[in-house]
Amino acid sequence: MVFSRGFRGKRRTGPSDRVPPGQYLTDDFPVLSAGPTPHTPLEEWTFSIQGGAEPVSWTWDELRALPSEEPTVDIHCVTRWSKLDTTWEGVSVDTLLDAVEHDSAYAVAFCDGGYTTNLPLEDLTGGKAWVAYRYGGDELDPEHGGPARLLVPHLYFWKSAKWVRGLSLRDEDEPGFWESNGYHLRGDPWLEQRYWGD
Amino acid sequence: MTAEIAAVNQETPRVRTLELAARGWPGHRAGQHLDLRLTAEDGYQAQRSYSIASAPGEPLALTVERLDDGEVSPYLVDEAREGDRLEVRGPIGGYFVWDGDEPQPSLLIAGGSGVVPLMAMSRHHAQIESRAPMRLVVSSRTLADVIYREELNRLTAKGDGFEVVHTLTREQPPGWTGYTRRIDPELLSEVAFPAAEAPRVYVCGSTRFVDAAADGLIEAGYEPGWIRTERFGATGS
Repeated sequence: MVFSRGFRGKRRTGPSDRVPPGQYLTDDFPVLSAGPTPHTPLEEWTFSIQGGAEPVSWTWDELRALPSEEPTVDIHCVTRWSKLDTTWEGVSVDTLLDAVEHDSAYAVAFCDGGYTTNLPLEDLTGGKAWVAYRYGGDELDPEHGGPARLLVPHLYFWKSAKWVRGLSLRDEDEPGFWESNGYHLRGDPWLEQRYWGD
Repeated sequence: MTAEIAAVNQETPRVRTLELAARGWPGHRAGQHLDLRLTAEDGYQAQRSYSIASAPGEPLALTVERLDDGEVSPYLVDEAREGDRLEVRGPIGGYFVWDGDEPQPSLLIAGGSGVVPLMAMSRHHAQIESRAPMRLVVSSRTLADVIYREELNRLTAKGDGFEVVHTLTREQPPGWTGYTRRIDPELLSEVAFPAAEAPRVYVCGSTRFVDAAADGLIEAGYEPGWIRTERFGATGS
């Protein structure tokens, strides 16, 4: 082991059953984005699912009228911060996929600003993923992905695509934006799947 | 891989450059970052990402700003010295990079220590003798907070299409002729290349800084797709 002389650290590591390896706890909510923050007017906003038997889409009002859930979850960013007990409100991806006839195994989430991220449907279904529009009791800020972002808290947070506008269903797992730029195809924080080759 | 601190250079009171000797380092592109891991005597480890300051092919260098409540940066800025060892992994990131093979102008906009990955691009521009226009806009609090000031003056003096524009937002020395305020749409419209030239844009700084710069450029007619951003994500690092 390589020791760094004189290094002690602050040891904000938290409970090991809740903070994955290589992560530290923060109370802040840092922002990471590869481009400008988009500002799409709500009257032009839709969420759509493509690649099924028929394309399906919801307007903003239609999405907000769907049954919502209020998950409290821990989130983990590949840049090594973790934040516990974050509270959200949104529609379960299960609810959205119920409206679509398909036999796909993968999806690419697409977003305003051109961001994409790929996920196996196994990671998007079974009560593990949401399209979230409220955070901490307020409407989701644009800098954190508002009006709506994907929330997939059991994977590194780049999978929780900000400004999400829909899912494109696929037969194969096709790398999204960061996954094409050095980051892991799946991104499980408990397996430290940060980069290519992890 | 193991890296040894080969040299340290105090850039400003809060910022230091560490030159690392890392045997087996595979090389990097201008704008990439690396993961750095420190291990305490009892085995406790902390890991953070830092932008690489040096041009491709030059000795690996990081420039680190001390965040007072941070865990790793106070150690790197105040404690670490030549001969100390740490571990690095990388390079990482394939998007916020400038390879110098594009003919169009590049606009680099830095808030504070956000200049670090942009400095790697500026150095690369000089190293490959690019003639493509490159303009670096640096926002700092005071003149004493300007990182790489002397070197930026030297790079500008070469007359190879590289220019620097400074703005000092908090305090200016007597006779200061640069800008004196935070980045705003009017300032950007004066320093940005015309939208007709379809410039490549790289913005690095705090979230607030990056949003102000990106929104101002879009207001000036830039396409969002031209603008690559890197924000200081994690606080307390």
